[in-house]
Amino acid sequence: MTKPLMFEKPVGMRDTLPPLYDAKHNIRSVLMNSIVQWGYSFLQTPALEYYDTVGVTSSIADHQLFKLLDAEGQTLVLRPDVTAPIARVVSSIMKKEPFPLRLAYDSPVYRSLQKEGGRPAEFEQMGVELIGDKTSSADAEIVALMIALLEEIGLRDCKIAIGHVGFVDALFTDILSKEEDVDLLLRYLYEKNYVGYTHHVKNLSLSAQNEQRLLALLELKGGKETLKKAQAIGAQNSSPLLAEIDHLFDVLNMYGVQEKVSFDFSLRSHMSYYTGIIFEGYTANYGFPLCRGGRYDHLLQTFGRVAKAIGFALSIDDVMEALPPSGIQNKQECIIYSPSLRREAYEKAQALRRNGCAVVLQDVRGIDEMDHFTRRFSSVTYMLDTHQEGESC
Amino acid sequence: MLTIAMPKGRIFEEALQLLRAAGFPLPLEFAQSRKLILTSEEAQLTFILAKPMDVPTYVEHGVCDVGIAGKDVLLEEQKDVYEVLDLKISACHLAVAGISGQTLDVVTPKIATKYPKVAAAYYRDKGEQVEIIKLNGSIELAPLIGLADRIVDIVSTGRTLQENGLVEFEKVSEITSRMIVNRASYYMKGPKIQEMVERLKEIV
Repeated sequence: MTKPLMFEKPVGMRDTLPPLYDAKHNIRSVLMNSIVQWGYSFLQTPALEYYDTVGVTSSIADHQLFKLLDAEGQTLVLRPDVTAPIARVVSSIMKKEPFPLRLAYDSPVYRSLQKEGGRPAEFEQMGVELIGDKTSSADAEIVALMIALLEEIGLRDCKIAIGHVGFVDALFTDILSKEEDVDLLLRYLYEKNYVGYTHHVKNLSLSAQNEQRLLALLELKGGKETLKKAQAIGAQNSSPLLAEIDHLFDVLNMYGVQEKVSFDFSLRSHMSYYTGIIFEGYTANYGFPLCRGGRYDHLLQTFGRVAKAIGFALSIDDVMEALPPSGIQNKQECIIYSPSLRREAYEKAQALRRNGCAVVLQDVRGIDEMDHFTRRFSSVTYMLDTHQEGESC
Repeated sequence: MLTIAMPKGRIFEEALQLLRAAGFPLPLEFAQSRKLILTSEEAQLTFILAKPMDVPTYVEHGVCDVGIAGKDVLLEEQKDVYEVLDLKISACHLAVAGISGQTLDVVTPKIATKYPKVAAAYYRDKGEQVEIIKLNGSIELAPLIGLADRIVDIVSTGRTLQENGLVEFEKVSEITSRMIVNRASYYMKGPKIQEMVERLKEIV
């Protein structure tokens, strides 16, 4: 191992320079504003958590966790997601708060990279959790809020794919007797390997009808008509669940977002704590999902407070990449003054600042190269004393 | 318009035939061009001609909606893309080969391959301790000149092995070309992609 060069950073870590920081800040405020308007309250959890609590329950693969040891030798993790820490908070210091709770966060999460290839290991996530509400109205609110946020920042051309973990689990338990077959088929779905899935199903020596049901799962995509097909192949006990999805669709209709939503019952997430609907959001001309979420009805009880919950997280970095270049210009103004006019310059700057301007107040003697320095400002005011008498600063 | 990443050479020609058979009107002189980007307005398709190993990368990042890639490449590259259809073209298999009768080195058996991840996973599953040597081509050389005890490589007819005095020991996996789809395109261009899948499904 060679020593890192002085300017190097660990793999997957990025610096954010002022122009991008500004652009991100703007997007963030728009998003936060909307989230607050929908009645969610922001909170913050620590960057470090115990491996045995949040690390284990977060369901991010073990090898993707950043681990370290504290002074007592306890293993710590850099938080790999915020849902598990919020479940911890809600079950402990917020134990007395009545449900349903609407919480939101804006935090970086850390997942170490398996591959080279320029994807970050520190992700900025903004997300919401609606805890203690089991209704499909809650499901619809979360999906509708997610769409509203994408629209709010200008990503109108978006699509949300919705699946249901419980439907697939019930179907597999209904048909397959061996657990290893269930696990393998679930892995194929998660890897989106339909060829492998189809091949394995055909090799299973099932009745023609059951084989057809498993294969038809891959075709369960589209609008409301998909639910009828799901009814036809689903397990006996899936009817209430499908009725709920049907209701969810009606509520989304009320929100006016139904054509942005498309069912995909073969959708499977890497987050193993999901129990009900799961969803992912995409936009045109960007190859990666921008946001994802789902219902997790058992996570909270691992922290000791029983509650059904649903939430989503939006990846700020992906959103920034998906947005067209903002063309944000520096709106700073600059006042360059001679020391003898400092008071006047300061008063002018303060007047401008009171009007909401960003003002750089710069002593003329501190500038190396006038042309180069002034280039970055939207306007420059010179308050120079032509006599150039030397005053000490 | 759908953008398709394709490997240059033989697979491209086979894939073109397949697409024509599926009813996409692609001109006959298409494959002769040396351009890297080919567009057919009539078929509403743009082809990006890439190194076979790079096809999943273009698709994962969404600069191509669809790709045609060998299963060998998908196994090695492990990209996050939909693998929607087995096109059953360019059939071959991945195999372990070496000099007939030669036993594995007792200290560290060396395996030369263009597919280090696939080879490492194969030997890990078998519980065997080996050293993987990554080569970029002409893998058959490795056992002949004593670089490695075995190779893990693509075998289609077996002629290259035979002519170089090598034999196949074990089959690792069957390989055919697959249609892959970007995650976002899968939903954003859903109907167009589904239509392509359906049309191809009928003829493979």
